[in-house]
Amino acid sequence: MKRFHGFVKKEFLHIFRDYRTLVILFGLPVAEILIFGFVISMEIKDAGIAFLDLSKDDVTQKISDKMCSSDFFRKVEDLQSYHDIDMIMKTGRAKAVIVFGENFGRDLVSRGEADMSIITDASEPNTATLITNYASAIVSDFNMEYREKNSGAKILVSPEVRMFYNPELRSHFMFVPGVITFILILICALMTSITITREKEFGTMEVLLVSPLKPSQIILGKVMPYFILSFINVLLILLLSRIAFDLPVKGSLSLLLAESMLYILMSLSLGILISTVSKTMQQAIFISLVGLMLPTILLSGFIFPLENMPRVYDVVAYFLPPRYYITIIKNIMIKGTGFFSVWKETLILTIMTLFFIVLSVRKFKIRLQ
Amino acid sequence: MTGNTVISVRNLVKKFGNFVANDNLNFNVFEGEIFGFLGANGAGKTTTIRILSGLSKPTSGTVMVAGFDAKKQAEEIKKNIGYMCQRFSLYDDLTVKENIMLYGGIYGMKKKTIQDRTTALLEQLNFGQYSDSMISSLPLGLKQKLAFSVAILHEPRIVFLDEPTGGVDPVTRRQFWEMIYEATARGITVFVTTHYMDEAEYCDRVSIMSEGRIVALDTPEELRKQYNAGSIEEVFIKIARPSRNVEGGLE
Amino acid sequence: MRTILYLIRKEFLQIFRDKFIGKAIFAVPLVQMVLLVPAVTFEIKNINLGIIDRDMSPVSRNLISRLEGSGFFKITCFTHSEEEANNMLHRNRCDMILHIPEGLDKETTSGRVCPVMVSVNAINATTAQLSWAYLNGVLQDYNIDIIRQNAAVTTLSAMPQIKVTNRYWYNELLNYKYYMLPGILAILVTAIGFLLAGLNLVKEKETGTIEQINVTPIKKYQFITAKMVPFMIIGLVDLALGLILGKILFDIPFRGSIGLMFLCSAIFLAGVLGLALLISTFSSTQQQYMFIAFFFMIIFILMSGIFTPMDSMPLWARKFDIINPMAYLMKIYRMIMLKGSAFSDIARDFYSLLILAAVFMSLAVRKYRKTA
Repeated sequence: MKRFHGFVKKEFLHIFRDYRTLVILFGLPVAEILIFGFVISMEIKDAGIAFLDLSKDDVTQKISDKMCSSDFFRKVEDLQSYHDIDMIMKTGRAKAVIVFGENFGRDLVSRGEADMSIITDASEPNTATLITNYASAIVSDFNMEYREKNSGAKILVSPEVRMFYNPELRSHFMFVPGVITFILILICALMTSITITREKEFGTMEVLLVSPLKPSQIILGKVMPYFILSFINVLLILLLSRIAFDLPVKGSLSLLLAESMLYILMSLSLGILISTVSKTMQQAIFISLVGLMLPTILLSGFIFPLENMPRVYDVVAYFLPPRYYITIIKNIMIKGTGFFSVWKETLILTIMTLFFIVLSVRKFKIRLQ
Repeated sequence: MTGNTVISVRNLVKKFGNFVANDNLNFNVFEGEIFGFLGANGAGKTTTIRILSGLSKPTSGTVMVAGFDAKKQAEEIKKNIGYMCQRFSLYDDLTVKENIMLYGGIYGMKKKTIQDRTTALLEQLNFGQYSDSMISSLPLGLKQKLAFSVAILHEPRIVFLDEPTGGVDPVTRRQFWEMIYEATARGITVFVTTHYMDEAEYCDRVSIMSEGRIVALDTPEELRKQYNAGSIEEVFIKIARPSRNVEGGLE
Repeated sequence: MRTILYLIRKEFLQIFRDKFIGKAIFAVPLVQMVLLVPAVTFEIKNINLGIIDRDMSPVSRNLISRLEGSGFFKITCFTHSEEEANNMLHRNRCDMILHIPEGLDKETTSGRVCPVMVSVNAINATTAQLSWAYLNGVLQDYNIDIIRQNAAVTTLSAMPQIKVTNRYWYNELLNYKYYMLPGILAILVTAIGFLLAGLNLVKEKETGTIEQINVTPIKKYQFITAKMVPFMIIGLVDLALGLILGKILFDIPFRGSIGLMFLCSAIFLAGVLGLALLISTFSSTQQQYMFIAFFFMIIFILMSGIFTPMDSMPLWARKFDIINPMAYLMKIYRMIMLKGSAFSDIARDFYSLLILAAVFMSLAVRKYRKTA
């Protein structure tokens, strides 16, 4: 035991001596949280739009004013002809062009009907959808007011909407769980796989193996520091999201931390498994980083909601641990539900952890023989 | 020895922070000789050899190698020297042939010349069977011989060898020294550091370093005579008892 | 020049000598691209809708069947109890609940306003807003019909109606694959080059082979170029394979010049690899390099507009993107591939990217030290 103690201490010293790695280890989650919090969002704000107003009357003026006075849009230009539309969209200056047909106002009065189009640059389909929705809503609002003023016809079924769990519609509720999930699995898998392959590549693993330490102790000793560092990372992210975004943990904090430990353990055993199949550090880094990065970002429901994925991917995502953990955090942190709402996910993560460990041990034994 | 001076070192000082690794060194190396550089670990040998080969800049003093100033013309020096260090740096994941090809190419040799040299070299070393083997699969002794051959492939004027024979048996070391003699026979000056005292006897002249200073410099015979010793080993023990316990080389 | 060729040959030999890496640099990006591109979509279909119908009238049934018919909603629970519905929301069984109160029929036929209540799971704010927008749209149409029915006598002109046509240019069907494929491909190609090029250089430091190189008269730019070129070629090959596969499997359009696209990609790769080698000159171990590289990569990716719109970023962040090669590449790719933009349209971004690449490359050469 004392020997083991010394070994763990040595591993810790190794890590702390390399201050650059440490800075990144804690700097990365902080930077990511801040980027998601203050830099990027799915919202549309001040999107550049252009108008092609072939009617130029009172009504079209009012509609354009209403659009430009919203936070969503910013007028970049008044176009003169249809030809201009392609030009301005190709340079990317305008994300959308609003076109009012000729005699728009007159038609609306005399025929009770007028045509307009919202043309969006759908090379970014998400932005296009959002812009179309916002612009249509503004037009439809205008239409309603206009109708009420002119004929007294009122909307009868008036909806009242309540946004559950996130009444202010802040995007933090999605990304804080996402960042924790993403950072933990990548850093844990990378760290463990590198630290073990490093010993293999430089031949020092042989030295350790002939020492009186048991192989399991060696692995445990290598992994232990990262377990602690990752756990500190979880605390750091939770603290940061509390301070910077006022995002509290609604449910039980200790349950959340316990689940996080399980997830860290799972990620570390994945790292060990990666180290058993890679011969060099480059291979380990390649598998952990290139192999895990995109699937974790894309298939965990972090940025792209899982519900929207084609059904086939449900099957794929079943095998990806991040999705379970993200569900767990969302439930405990945001909805404030208890263990019973996440027992299934917990069980699956536990099974995955055991699976990785058993597989690593078997691979390791085969290598030793 | 009365050949031309190919290396001249005047008042060379190299400091790493407060630590003085080379403390006012002065010596000349003449064309065609085998110049041995002896010293305990940490005596400052590697520091000197790195400065001479242009890998490191002197803090002060004048160092001329092959007629070029090590302070300002390191790249010119590099055109005229070969270098082999204790970590012999052939690429482990390339084959013997590929390594030779690479260094031949770097020194701007013609493809035909490289091929001819490669064949000759492999034959001379009895290496034919290994030509397509990965370096990592070769025994240490072979790697060292190959590294040396690669270091003098482009027929440099001087070759620097930093503890070239560490960790191999006496027979292999003897073979290695035969290769060194062959190189000198072709006119290549050899500058070699070692801590094997028997190897010092093979050198034309030997300098002994201790704590960053040169404490003795002469032919092996003269040194033995001067210190009234039977071998260089005895000389070494007499004058250069390492009092400074520094492990490993100085990088 | 010949020296560089010898060095490049050596790098290629070493890359492909590692059997795993040699295969993975082609297989991993292609497999991931094929798997991930169809998975990623913001398109919202099948919003799970729960309904509390307290009215149970022909009017309420009409509304429900309209919602079902809209194609956006799937009604997953039907209940009378508010509690049960909320519970369903809690357990992710439905995303949104429509509460129709008693008296909808009576109130509307007599021309009085009747509120209906909508509850949305808003953990994902974007999805929540879109789902709500779709539901609201259906309700609006429904309202107009009611008005028409009630006011059958009034003339049409009393009910002015603005007809809005939505048109999605460059991607009429809002195909997310067109949008994601260039992005995913670029991330993968960058990740491979960025990681391996830098790791290669640091590995030479760690094993000491770099000493042997440094003691030769080789020029600094030769060494750096030789470290870069193989990964640039591999990156471009990956890209070509990815695009061909994308064309075959997902029918992604190429409206602009493919040559221009590859030219931009080559400049981009030069920039990214230059940065990778610059970082590697500062790192002493592979582990250190990997973490610093990872840090930069994540920030570049997140801020490049690959996954999220650039317009919503604050001004300072858009300023930061001046030094983000990924942001230029994304913009250029989408413009060339989907909009068919010509050189004149992308000139500004093209030159910016060129300058950026030149700066990173020359810094990498300058900071690489042959002498300690």
